[in-house]
Amino acid sequence: MNSALRHFWTINLTLMVALMLTLFPLPNWAEPFRPEWLTLAIIYWCMSLPKAIGLRTSFTFGVLLDIAMGTLLGQHALGICIIAYIFLKNHQRIRLYPIVQQGFIVMIALLIKQILFLWIYGITKRAPENLWLYFMPSIISMLLWPWVYAVMRDIQGRFLPAHR
Amino acid sequence: MQSLFQQNVSLTLRLIIVMITCITLMTIDHRQQTLNSIRSLIGSYIIYPLQYIVTIPVRTLDHASESLASRRALLTENEQLRTENLQLQTQQLKLASLRQENARLRELLHSSSDVGENTLVAEVITVDQDFYKQQIIINKGEYHGVYLGQAVIDASGVMGQIIEVNRHSSAALLISDASHALPLQSNRSGTRTIAQGKGNPNELDLLHIPNNTGLQPGDLMITSGLGGRFPPNYPVALVANVVIQPGKQFAKVTATPTARLDKSREVLLVWPNTPPQK
Repeated sequence: MNSALRHFWTINLTLMVALMLTLFPLPNWAEPFRPEWLTLAIIYWCMSLPKAIGLRTSFTFGVLLDIAMGTLLGQHALGICIIAYIFLKNHQRIRLYPIVQQGFIVMIALLIKQILFLWIYGITKRAPENLWLYFMPSIISMLLWPWVYAVMRDIQGRFLPAHR
Repeated sequence: MQSLFQQNVSLTLRLIIVMITCITLMTIDHRQQTLNSIRSLIGSYIIYPLQYIVTIPVRTLDHASESLASRRALLTENEQLRTENLQLQTQQLKLASLRQENARLRELLHSSSDVGENTLVAEVITVDQDFYKQQIIINKGEYHGVYLGQAVIDASGVMGQIIEVNRHSSAALLISDASHALPLQSNRSGTRTIAQGKGNPNELDLLHIPNNTGLQPGDLMITSGLGGRFPPNYPVALVANVVIQPGKQFAKVTATPTARLDKSREVLLVWPNTPPQK
């Protein structure tokens, strides 16, 4: 298999798995604590293989997430594309940061997305009641980032060895 | 360096294009229904299979716990069900004669009689959708004759209505969603009102009830059938709280849905005014 095709399949399959993790049924009390798997996976690929992933992939998966979650078409796509842009633009810098600091940047990026969503919810008249719970996914995602990073690096190392 | 710089410029440009596309999509989606066909197409052929795969472990566990249930537990359950069945049958006996009597009386009054309703059992695939939207996905779709706006009930009351139909699955908005309202009637006094959801599966607001209302906590509210969307006479909620607000136009009344909105695994789809098929 040539390199470009290999990249395409690896990235799209990991993003598919991340989408499935997002759909995985959780009990009601655990629902607000669900990490943003898809966004985390996109962040990782934007950071480590900025040439192989772009706004097009982010947009496609964002729309899929919108359909799966029943949100407005384009809502997640917009948030994910803005995050992808931040990480594509600064990938050289962020890659050098220690993992904990990366986690903080991931959280800030996710908070930007959630604040944008809050704005959209405000316009469409569906405001969340509990803001603490609303911002919980960002915090959980930050805590999970070192683990996600390690797993994704392993996947990259195994399936795309040329780019280590 | 030159190529890197150029790539960054085009990246920003592409982001702007994507942002404009997204905002346009959102606006169209919010204001019109034109994108629903795309949504249901992708939903049927990409998202539904994913949801199906993802819920396999949960369903397998359910299945396993059922097949591993001890004989004793099964016997007890069997006994319980038999008793319940007997009770229900006794009630049914009475119901048959009542129904006939009702039909006779309606004939006397020359009013159109109830044709009856057709139902279909559907299984809830996921409830874990957007946290701020009270919505469930069920495993029956266009293929089974499900239509937009169809009423969804469970064993103890009205659950919601269908808002999206795909080929083999559909989404139902629960009555507790903040954007959902349905016309009700008190079973005891006949007071008509509208129940609005508030995002909490255990509470509904009953709107526009005057301060001199006869409603009492514990009153059963049933669908009135006004508006033609929900079939009449299905239980919806029990009045929980009536607060008279002197000086204001209306009393503040809340009710608890009788359906188990956050627990039901199986739901019934209702086709009103169709003779039931045996």
